Amino acid sequence: MSTLETTSKPVSTPAAAVQEETPSSTDPNRLGERLIRILIPVAMLGALILLWAWYVTAYDVPHYILPSPSRVTRAMIEDWHILGPALLVTLKITFTALAMALVGGVALAVLLIQSKWIELALYPYAVILQVTPIVAIAPLILIYAPTTQSALLICAWLVAFFPILSNTAQGLKSVDHNLLNLFELYGANRWQSLYLLRLPAALPYFLTGLRIGGGLALIAAVVAEFAAGSAGAGSGLAFRLLESQFRLNIPRLFAALILLSVTGVLIFFATSLISHLLLHKWHESAVKREN
Amino acid sequence: MTTATDTNAPLRDSPDGPGAGTARPAQTARPIVSLRAINKVFSNGTVALKDMSLDVRPGEFISLLGPSGCGKSTVLRLIAGLGEATSGAIDWPSDRQDRQGSADHEIGFVFQEPTLMPWASVFNNVWLPLRLKGRSRATSREDVMNALEMVGLENFANAYPRELSGGMKMRVSIARALVTRPKLLLMDEPFAALDEITRFKLNNDLLHLWESFGWTVIFVTHSVFESVYLSDRIVVMAARPGRVVADMAIDAPYPREDDFRTSTVYNDYCRDVSNALHAAMDEKADA
Repeated sequence: MSTLETTSKPVSTPAAAVQEETPSSTDPNRLGERLIRILIPVAMLGALILLWAWYVTAYDVPHYILPSPSRVTRAMIEDWHILGPALLVTLKITFTALAMALVGGVALAVLLIQSKWIELALYPYAVILQVTPIVAIAPLILIYAPTTQSALLICAWLVAFFPILSNTAQGLKSVDHNLLNLFELYGANRWQSLYLLRLPAALPYFLTGLRIGGGLALIAAVVAEFAAGSAGAGSGLAFRLLESQFRLNIPRLFAALILLSVTGVLIFFATSLISHLLLHKWHESAVKREN
Repeated sequence: MTTATDTNAPLRDSPDGPGAGTARPAQTARPIVSLRAINKVFSNGTVALKDMSLDVRPGEFISLLGPSGCGKSTVLRLIAGLGEATSGAIDWPSDRQDRQGSADHEIGFVFQEPTLMPWASVFNNVWLPLRLKGRSRATSREDVMNALEMVGLENFANAYPRELSGGMKMRVSIARALVTRPKLLLMDEPFAALDEITRFKLNNDLLHLWESFGWTVIFVTHSVFESVYLSDRIVVMAARPGRVVADMAIDAPYPREDDFRTSTVYNDYCRDVSNALHAAMDEKADA
């Protein structure tokens, strides 16, 4: 979790910066800078693929060890009728789990801050669920859950839930004391303090939780499927990965892997974009420094 | 700064004559709020206030002046209803309703920090006190815009706090305190963090507003000069335990403009107030 958090930071900066610069894009210098920001990663990607292709040809690497980029592309196209539906299943589990984690995490965070007693009673269990490796709980969940799909969903939810809960709870508690005094002074009730003060103040924290949770939901969906050993129709990308390995169909394995990575990257960019859209007007994290 | 004084009595008969500007309400009017023998002891045992009594009359501009730790902010918070006194009573003689209910409606509070919600526009920040009373955006619009106009920020209604300078943020904070049209305005070192030029400007603007609208102001400050410039009454406080050591009238006429800062009356009062403050601090050192 912590690695995800740290690696996510440097990547988010250029994304936010690109957005910030849009208003002044008429400036030729800015335009050049924007182009470079896009060109460098694209050129780097192209160079890596070329290196990969060259290595495979030059050293005559067998395709069941390392397939060439063209073989992987072919596998992607030819096996799309298998990979496509699998991707859809994985996406469905990931996003359903994330949505449930979002609702559950925020609701429980709001509940926790209502009273010290509730927090004392409930928070330890949230921590226990988080620190116990999901792979270790998965067999149990498989026994208890009515279907494999719902078991996967529960696993992914458990993993995505905690970062959203802990970050949101932290945000709800980190409200400026003077603002709390101000609300008390003007006779705000509990509900008004929550939705006019605590929830907006917690938004940056919540969005951090969402970014971490979004990445973890995908990872958990894959890991849970490995643990569940689900098979046949209706299986996700994780099963297709294992299956490709058993059959030594390495090009397809690579294709499935690329689909997973692209999904993860897209989730990351989507959550970063949401974060930017919600915060760019006021929060320090999304505002470009003016010096 | 202060040496032994040769003229202890300030020049009450200044060339302008006392009260030449605006007619202030008679000193005998019923107090708007009355503190009686207030004691406040914090949970860690610190005596923040000891036997503090204060009558605040309608229309007064009172400064609570003292070193840090003398409990001047605590007085303000108690009057605002943020926290309870350990003993003693705070009365609101001129109020028809019960204390808590009326206090909610008739007090405006300006904190030392602007204390704005960074996610809300200037308009929404100023709207807040009315919104918490259940007033809709549409029915509040006129009041909010009036309050913004008073502080000269009517063109910044849609700006966000981070786009404003320190002085402008403080103006928003003042507009928010004024939007409920309070009878009593409590200000807790509102200009302490601002540069001197901005502070002088805001001092003048605040005095103009006070003269036009006739509120009662309790202004907490640690600046002798600011308190003399603004107030018609200065309550000097000392620390450990927080208590009142002097209650002085500043009998200089309003309107006061920048040339008042260089006048003899102003300087004499500054010296007197400063002496009172030092006497209080020396007394503590002797004890």
